[in-house]
Amino acid sequence: MNFPILSSLILLPTIGALFILFTKSSSGKYQSSKYVALFISLANFLLSLYLWYVFDKNSVDFQFVENREWLSGFINYKVGIDGISILFIILTTFITPICIISVNATIKNRLKDFLIAILIMETFMIGVFCSLDLVVFYLFFEAGLIPMFLIIGIWGGERRVYSAFKFFLYTLLGSVLMLVAIISIYWITGTTDVEKLYELGIKAEYQNLLWLAFFSSFAVKTPMWPVHTWLPDAHVEAPTVGSVLLAAILLKMAGYGFIRFSIGLFPIASENFTMLVYILSLIAIIYTSLVALMQEDMKKLIAYSSVAHMGFVTLGIFTMTQQGIEGSIFQMISHGLVSAALFLSVGVVYERHHTRLINKYGGLVSIMPRYAIVFMVFTLGALGLPGTTGFIGEFLILMGAFEKNILVAMIASLGVILGAAYMLWLFKRVVFGEINNQELKSMKDLKTFEIITLSALVIPILFFGFYPEPLMNSIEASVENTLNMYNFDLINNLASKD
Amino acid sequence: MENFQYILPEIFISVSIMLFLLVGVFKKNSASLIYNLSNISLVILLALIINLSSLDTVYLFNNSYLIDNLSNYMKIILVGSGIFVMLTGSKYIQVINLNKIEYPILILSSILGMMIMISSNDLIVFYMGLELQSLALYVLASFNRDNLLSTESGLKYFVLSALSSGLLLYGCSLTYGFSESTNFDQILINSTEFNYGTTFGIVFILVGLAFKISAVPFHMWAPDVYQGSPTSVTLFFAILPKIAALCVFIKFLYTPFANMNDQWQTIIVFISIASMIFGAVAAIGQKNLKRLIAYSSISHMGYALAGLATVSNQGIQSSITYISIYLVMNLAFFSCLFMLKRNDKYYENIEDLSGLSKKHPILSFSLLIVLFSLAGIPPLAGFFAKFYVFLAVIEQSMYFLAIVGLLATVVAAFYYLRIIKIIYFDPEKEEYETSHNLGLKITLAISTIFILAYFIYPSGITEIVSKITMI
Repeated sequence: MNFPILSSLILLPTIGALFILFTKSSSGKYQSSKYVALFISLANFLLSLYLWYVFDKNSVDFQFVENREWLSGFINYKVGIDGISILFIILTTFITPICIISVNATIKNRLKDFLIAILIMETFMIGVFCSLDLVVFYLFFEAGLIPMFLIIGIWGGERRVYSAFKFFLYTLLGSVLMLVAIISIYWITGTTDVEKLYELGIKAEYQNLLWLAFFSSFAVKTPMWPVHTWLPDAHVEAPTVGSVLLAAILLKMAGYGFIRFSIGLFPIASENFTMLVYILSLIAIIYTSLVALMQEDMKKLIAYSSVAHMGFVTLGIFTMTQQGIEGSIFQMISHGLVSAALFLSVGVVYERHHTRLINKYGGLVSIMPRYAIVFMVFTLGALGLPGTTGFIGEFLILMGAFEKNILVAMIASLGVILGAAYMLWLFKRVVFGEINNQELKSMKDLKTFEIITLSALVIPILFFGFYPEPLMNSIEASVENTLNMYNFDLINNLASKD
Repeated sequence: MENFQYILPEIFISVSIMLFLLVGVFKKNSASLIYNLSNISLVILLALIINLSSLDTVYLFNNSYLIDNLSNYMKIILVGSGIFVMLTGSKYIQVINLNKIEYPILILSSILGMMIMISSNDLIVFYMGLELQSLALYVLASFNRDNLLSTESGLKYFVLSALSSGLLLYGCSLTYGFSESTNFDQILINSTEFNYGTTFGIVFILVGLAFKISAVPFHMWAPDVYQGSPTSVTLFFAILPKIAALCVFIKFLYTPFANMNDQWQTIIVFISIASMIFGAVAAIGQKNLKRLIAYSSISHMGYALAGLATVSNQGIQSSITYISIYLVMNLAFFSCLFMLKRNDKYYENIEDLSGLSKKHPILSFSLLIVLFSLAGIPPLAGFFAKFYVFLAVIEQSMYFLAIVGLLATVVAAFYYLRIIKIIYFDPEKEEYETSHNLGLKITLAISTIFILAYFIYPSGITEIVSKITMI
């Protein structure tokens, strides 16, 4: 391994951001900075596809590992990927160019700053999914707050300040406890290197507290009920592109963290707290679905549906079954695509009509037929119709849940029905029906760049919905390995007790 | 005479002070000249100290003066930040008509006092240095004598500081009485047995020192003095006395009182927690930036003390790293403050920053970096400062201190975010002047780049500091 391909992936967007900082644009339109950003993010996407191509899907080891001395003596800069992280990296590099293309519609002022913020954000997001050292992970995990705070605060809606503060402080509060846990792990085991920690294991007596500390951070980020309240605010007030990034990628950091750290490092504690996660997940699924039903604001509805979908994800992860975890990963990828698409779709009508209230719309199918079609695909994807990615994720999660606890699985299945209810009702109210509002008639159908971005999202949603094999292939070995280690640790622990 | 070379920096600066005083008396309108000369002499002083820093530990004057890794490092950052303080403030004192010959001379004498404090290995030498720096600081605080706030701050600082010096002296005399020596090493040897007299001595000395670094509950002077003093003096207050006092803290705790750590550890932990929490909470309601930074410095001192509470070399090193990064952040923050000038008037209220980012993108970006760094958000330098401290604190299993400290950072993040909100989210106001003197620009550029790029090579300071071992 000579060429540091992961570090290039991480650094490329930042280099692009520096370029943009120094590009001069004639007129206020910043076309050249936009092209630079698009070029860099597409290059990064291609690089990540290449990475997927050369990635050995059958190996359970971390690949492309780079290990450099960093904090003298104690902590190394270590990055590397396995089958789980590669999908999230591709998701990130895929969503970022889409965000950059859609920037035109939503961002009216200070475009250059916005592009820089997005590219810096991409660096941090890829860093989170690559890092194999707890401190490096924490660094990237927290650093993402800065650009996101600015994105919500500068370019957001009316209550942007409140939302930005709430987002920042909630997440920071959750994360500081994780920092305590990371430092404690360093002093307990003498390392923060994830690979070494997998080998060494952490003593059972410490695991419960450490697990809770990590949980406090991930639960806020996921977000799980009852600390989900920042999400609807942040989503509603963020600009469209900000919501896309937040829903598609930022929320996935926590799910990824659960699999990589909570299960990987603290198997015994994870077993102890399974019921807690089940209960919180079920509340998230049922309660936020009901809340979503009653929303009058489209973005808020989708935000609550995100909480419900992430409830499925946490439920699936903590079933500790092959199907459950694979389903959760699939669900995260699927939700990344679908929620991004839904927010973009909302952005399309918001930009034309300047309101997100559902009752101001209706009958769009006769004015914007093409929009109606793509929006339908996304709606169906969100409610998990067979043939879309949403179905496979939810199906596998429920399979995993049935294996472990039938009652939990039954309650979770109710969530699927509620999901169909609020999504279809939303679709009915916005797209079908009579045109009550005469102003709507002047709305134009999709523009070229909207067709590009939305169809770029339709394709993977349908393709992987019918043919999930490529994704499943790459996660299978890693998930199996994670579960094997997990079960091995549990058995060892039981043996040591007897 | 063979020891002459070791004390050369101190001799050099004393001679320069006297020389500049003579020049000032006999040459009319020589304020600017002396200001520049003082700056040059500080640079030479820095070179002299660096020249000495390769040496091993040296005891001078009958073991009452000590030159070792700790004192060398502290003097280097002290004088280094002194140079930057002079560079950034030069335009400011001209604009507000404070460019008098006494100003640089007082700064130099105060630095001399601090250098003596840092190197002292004896209660009397220590007290001498302390009083020299304090006397200069009283005058500096009220230097803008036509300004009501400035005179008030000078008087307040004088009264409270005199009180604390009294307590300190009382502590010193108790310690002397019960351990029969004023020499630090001798006190350590004589205080193996527990006795109440020395314990009281420790408490009084710690109270006096806590006053000097404005730790809760002896912080009352800080907000008023910070706000009232001329901004360049506030910058001086925010950095240099803190370095010296922290160094003396380390010296006292780990040389004469090293055997009695079970006596003072609880006190330090309490002071540390109280400072972190109070600094974070009290800053929320502030409207004046200087006042706000005073509260912020109180909470930062809490973190620096948390490292000292650990009774480990790692903890001491983390505190020293903390103060090094803290001083860079303060330099950057005050440089930004000096740039808020319009028509020969400096602005220092938070509202004056409203919408700054639209007209002054670079200045706002620097402020953004500094504020996030002060809040301790990775990957900026401020995060690493806190990280090292908590690494040391958790090593000693002091989880309560660590968790309280980290929760206080969340509270503190709120008021830093509020400033960022005003800079970036609020409607813009009038433009500020954009032409600034070179020293100010260089200071801001260097300090911002330091904060921003610290994560690329974070072991730099750590490696230097790791030579400092006290236990």
